[in-house]
Amino acid sequence: MTTELFIQYCFAGLTYGSIYAIVAIGFNIIYNTTGIINFAQGEFVMLGGMISISLLPFMPMPLAIASAVVLTMVIGALIEIVFIRWLKDPSVLRMIIITIGISILTREAASHVWGENIRALPYFIGNEITAISILGARISPQVLVVIGVCGLMVATLGVFFKTTSVGRQMRACSANRTAAVLCGINTRNMVTFSFILSAGIGALAGCIMSPITYSQYDIGTGLAIKGFTVAIIGGLGNAGSAVIAGLLLGLIEAFSVSVVPLAFQDAIAIAILLIILFVRPHGLFGSSEAAGLKEF
Amino acid sequence: MKRLLTIAPLLAAVIAIHLLCAATGTLYYLTQMTMSAYYALLIIGLCVLMGYAGQISLGHGGFFAIGGYLSAALTTHNLEHLQDNSVISALHSFGVLQSGQDLYGGTLLVVNPWFACILAILAAVVIAYLIGIPVLKLKGHYLAMATLGFGIIIYRVVLASEYFGEADGISEVPAFVLLPGLVVSGDFAGRVQNYYIAWGLLIIGLILLLNLIDSRVGRALRAIHGSSEAADAMGVNTARFKLQTFVLSAVFAAIAGIFLTHYNGGIGPSEAGVMKSVRYVALVAVGGMAHLWGALTMGVLLNFLSLRGAFGAYDDAVFGLILILVMLYAPNGILSVRWRPRWARKKTAVEEG
Repeated sequence: MTTELFIQYCFAGLTYGSIYAIVAIGFNIIYNTTGIINFAQGEFVMLGGMISISLLPFMPMPLAIASAVVLTMVIGALIEIVFIRWLKDPSVLRMIIITIGISILTREAASHVWGENIRALPYFIGNEITAISILGARISPQVLVVIGVCGLMVATLGVFFKTTSVGRQMRACSANRTAAVLCGINTRNMVTFSFILSAGIGALAGCIMSPITYSQYDIGTGLAIKGFTVAIIGGLGNAGSAVIAGLLLGLIEAFSVSVVPLAFQDAIAIAILLIILFVRPHGLFGSSEAAGLKEF
Repeated sequence: MKRLLTIAPLLAAVIAIHLLCAATGTLYYLTQMTMSAYYALLIIGLCVLMGYAGQISLGHGGFFAIGGYLSAALTTHNLEHLQDNSVISALHSFGVLQSGQDLYGGTLLVVNPWFACILAILAAVVIAYLIGIPVLKLKGHYLAMATLGFGIIIYRVVLASEYFGEADGISEVPAFVLLPGLVVSGDFAGRVQNYYIAWGLLIIGLILLLNLIDSRVGRALRAIHGSSEAADAMGVNTARFKLQTFVLSAVFAAIAGIFLTHYNGGIGPSEAGVMKSVRYVALVAVGGMAHLWGALTMGVLLNFLSLRGAFGAYDDAVFGLILILVMLYAPNGILSVRWRPRWARKKTAVEEG
């Protein structure tokens, strides 16, 4: 393998890896406040991409993306308020099935609204063939946009959870819900807020990846599985290590192309997921003691 | 004997539907009823796994596909060019292989459907065991994702391998001669016969499962569902019971796949898709998790409507909606609203985690 090819694969892996990381962080945010794995997480990414593409003819791209993110956040809030907020102590099995149902409904609605066509946002800088040369490898500027925006999102989220009042309240919720209630935190609102937040970051990821990976009504399930794999590898609920795990999975996938046929690429991520689940269900970076206290 | 009495109304209903269709000249409904019966076979198997053993599986479409695809591949791939191979000719003389003719009059040498059926079931058993041992140690979200992942791997393998026909699937699967005169095939002449074969198989499966859940095993399973730890403490080998139920439900799924593939004369990759597995879970949920009769009736009814095209382009959406509505308003199934299994009352300790 030449250096150029190596770098090329690296950037491909990092691009996909950062998207997976964002989806995984979306999983983690909701899991931390509710204990629910939101199987519809991938659908937020799809909605972000699709809505921004539909808005593009009417407004400049930054505004279209911002509106798409806001709209998806509204949808995320509605989903939580309509389907989840009023349930009293639902069992895990019930929540799994409900979020799967939400995912199917969202996807089917999207297929009726947007059809089965593959769409894409235009490239943010230049076009399909614009490329920057990095150590001999040719990298599209969009790749750098994806990696940059994802990095920025992770950093912003970190600051948000550390310094703002709402961020602290959300962390209090995930640490100990009962204690949070006793401190006067409205935990129900925090749950709604976690759905809004993860819908927002999912939608933004969906917009920035759209020029490279395209948007279609059914990309959600695949992304959800990859995102979940990453969340598991990093240790469920652990946002920081999700980033490392995401990049790791992206790189593994990118380099696997040179070993196994492309058709099996998805199977590789899932095989990794299964192996991790069997061998270290608390994740590569998670602690087994902490995992023992959780009910999966 | 008592069991026969509970089955009798079902038997009567099966015959009544046939007579009704015959009287009104709508025998074509029997085709969808036959297919629904095979799907229902899978669903009652999954019902025991989900409702009684309390283990969710989002990968049963995978076992259906293992059964259907293996029997389809074995009974359609021509081994004619290998006829001189000593192993092949030995197999031929033992009756494992059978000769036939293709559409153009060429000679075919394929595996006998009976042997293909047995091999496919064995494959499902082995895979269910290998997957089940690690998977069933997981709970909740992890179990759901692991089984979902298993289903997707099967789907990808089917879609990517030439042996299984890639995106086209396998067609021209020959008829399955169960006994002389008893043939599973899509022939119009055999429609009534196939209707009774399918329902006969379903009723046999139902009797088996009803006996199982009324036995010592069934009580052990319900104990596991209530509390795995408590069952363990009472001396129930929880791991073994879970695994055996998993394998049993996989066998039901594989048999459904085998028969439906012979009946349809082909199988496509969509049978292994995620949506199919989710649909099976939805049907079990609608019927009431721990309610075999509910799963059976809802499985047949909704599959029948879906196969008749009652939901049109909204087919998947309807199943998604059913899934949500049932789980929101009647988590124990619409037929058994009064009966609440223990897990539905149990508070989850997730929030404290």
